[in-house]
Amino acid sequence: MKKTYKIEVDCANCANLMEEAAKKTAGVKNAVVNFMTQKMDVEFTDGSEPEEVMKNVLKNCKKVEEDCEIYI
Amino acid sequence: MNKKQKRMLIKIVIASVMLIAFHFIPLKGIIRFIAYMIPYIIIGNDIIKKAFKGIINRKPFDESLLMAVATLGAISLAVYNEFNGQIGDYVEAVAVMLFYQIGEFFQSAAVAKSRKNIADLMNIRPDYANIEKDGKLVQVDPNEVNAGDIIIITAGEKVPLDGIIIEGNSSVNTVALTGESVPRSLNVGDEIISGSINLSGLLKVKVTKNFGESTVSKILELVENASSKKSKSEDFIAKFARVYTPIVVFSAIALAIFPPLIRIIFLNLTPMWNIWLYRALTFLVISCPCALVVSIPLTFFAGIGGASRTGVLIKGSNYLETLSKVKTIVFDKTGTLTKGIFEVNAIHHNKIDEERLIEYAALAESASSHPIALSLKKAYNKPIDISRVKDIQEISGNGIIAKIDDIEIIAGNDKIMEKFAIEPIKCHCVGTIIHIAINKEYMGHIVISDVIKPESEKAIEKIKKSGVKNIIMLTGDLKKVACEVAEKLKIDKYFAELLPNDKLNKIEEIIDGKNTVAFVGDGINDAPVLTRADVGIAMGAMGSDAAIEAADVVLMDDNPLKIASAIKISKKCLNIVKQNIWFALGVKFICLVLGAVGIANMWLAVFADVGVMIICILNAFRALIIKNNV
Repeated sequence: MKKTYKIEVDCANCANLMEEAAKKTAGVKNAVVNFMTQKMDVEFTDGSEPEEVMKNVLKNCKKVEEDCEIYI
Repeated sequence: MNKKQKRMLIKIVIASVMLIAFHFIPLKGIIRFIAYMIPYIIIGNDIIKKAFKGIINRKPFDESLLMAVATLGAISLAVYNEFNGQIGDYVEAVAVMLFYQIGEFFQSAAVAKSRKNIADLMNIRPDYANIEKDGKLVQVDPNEVNAGDIIIITAGEKVPLDGIIIEGNSSVNTVALTGESVPRSLNVGDEIISGSINLSGLLKVKVTKNFGESTVSKILELVENASSKKSKSEDFIAKFARVYTPIVVFSAIALAIFPPLIRIIFLNLTPMWNIWLYRALTFLVISCPCALVVSIPLTFFAGIGGASRTGVLIKGSNYLETLSKVKTIVFDKTGTLTKGIFEVNAIHHNKIDEERLIEYAALAESASSHPIALSLKKAYNKPIDISRVKDIQEISGNGIIAKIDDIEIIAGNDKIMEKFAIEPIKCHCVGTIIHIAINKEYMGHIVISDVIKPESEKAIEKIKKSGVKNIIMLTGDLKKVACEVAEKLKIDKYFAELLPNDKLNKIEEIIDGKNTVAFVGDGINDAPVLTRADVGIAMGAMGSDAAIEAADVVLMDDNPLKIASAIKISKKCLNIVKQNIWFALGVKFICLVLGAVGIANMWLAVFADVGVMIICILNAFRALIIKNNV
């Protein structure tokens, strides 16, 4: 399953870091952060609960970039 | 400007004013230290916080850490100098932080600006659709309208959904979709495409697609997703930034420790810890990778945005990159280089006026709905008075005999002429030939064929000029036809009489792994070929879903000149990317060397960081400017 989330992040490098962090989160098959349109496309692994997974994604992203926001 | 940017701007102004003021106020000792710490904390507190958080979260190697260590280090050095009776330089630390923040501010403003620019360009999303309910017009969300519903579009409104006009006529502006500024006039029965603007009349339109599948949604989705497909340059920079920062940090540490140690142990000199520490700190300031990390995706984004304004949709940064490297372009003939419609192309050996000849032919064929008859009627371009035509006799597959104004007309191929013992003059042209005889006397012939687009020749010339080496044409048409088109357009190579399957095989032969190959098709039954090529370019795609799906680059109208401009745009973009990479890395490398040997001070270091970034961003903005003279 694929979902798109609106995000807020200030610098392109931070966006790359967020993408890395999101990819490493359990339940995420692949993630692409689009800095320019401020969007994050997340592909979930089968059987995972997107809402739960996204909470962890946000937590992991906050670790690498304090200033970021994901509108879940 | 958003809240964050406003707050940052205020901080920048306050810190700058304080810094300048302190320059003129004679302060001493501890008071001077405290005074300078105020602007430092105002401007730098969030950076220092971020640096600490990074260390706590074990992701320490980012720009914040570099800036925090460099500025705190510079302050410590200044304090150390104060204790030794010299005057410590606090200004440098505060200024470095200040410039860093100005750079960050500029960057976020620039990105926001380009984002807004492109959003404006793509301002084709309709807000509402009018439907009639109980005799009144009601505005509803386009999402709520189903295929088959009737919508009403008044003059000046955006067309919200794709459909077919069932009442009214008007001219519509498709500039936002195709870049073509001449309005199209539409009548009952014509297709109308969402995202265009109804200029004059009131239209009743039967919706053919739900909003999700409409042209406007497809285009918006495509452009918005485009920058998610990252190019090799972007990947390279992301990877580069990941290894680069730790390397610089460790080099800085080495620079602070090893030279002094060598001085003591091997050279018996004073270690000069403070000088080497200062050089190491300068190193850190220079090293921020921001100029690259920001400007390169920004360039691609701007390039894709600028291209979409001219009616060229590029589905991803990676395709923009591939497009710039194209060495071989393979064209499908019909629908790309030629119009794909049959038209009267020439009239030869006519003994009466061309117009009269066309008139007789059109009248003779007036009862027929064959494509040839239609093209004759189109060439005649006047209402046909059927009462002038009598005794129509169709000889199947050969032609027509009819009486027009009581004169006997025979129109048809060689065979029908021979049947009536008329000597037809053979034609050297390729296409369908209609011979005309009046009262059994030969009067000339009309050539009907697929017409080469007026822009094709110039397009091929421009494509060649842009650095594409091979131009190849594939067609299912006869060899004779292909040869003529290829000669006229100066195309190097062609393969004719191909079935759709053969085209795929040919493309596979042409793709040799060395040259980048683009395929241009009209999206009708060549989707597999579009997918197979390194870059698939579909033209005339407005309203054709299959083409939009299969292609990597979509030309909204069917003008082949756009291919040349797409290549030009991609080359310009990649040039900017290259310039930025070399400029940023070059300046940084030079400053790093100068810093290591002690020539560069922190002021130069700030330029190497912030100045380079600003220049790179401004350079990236050039990608957005696309001249419309294709």
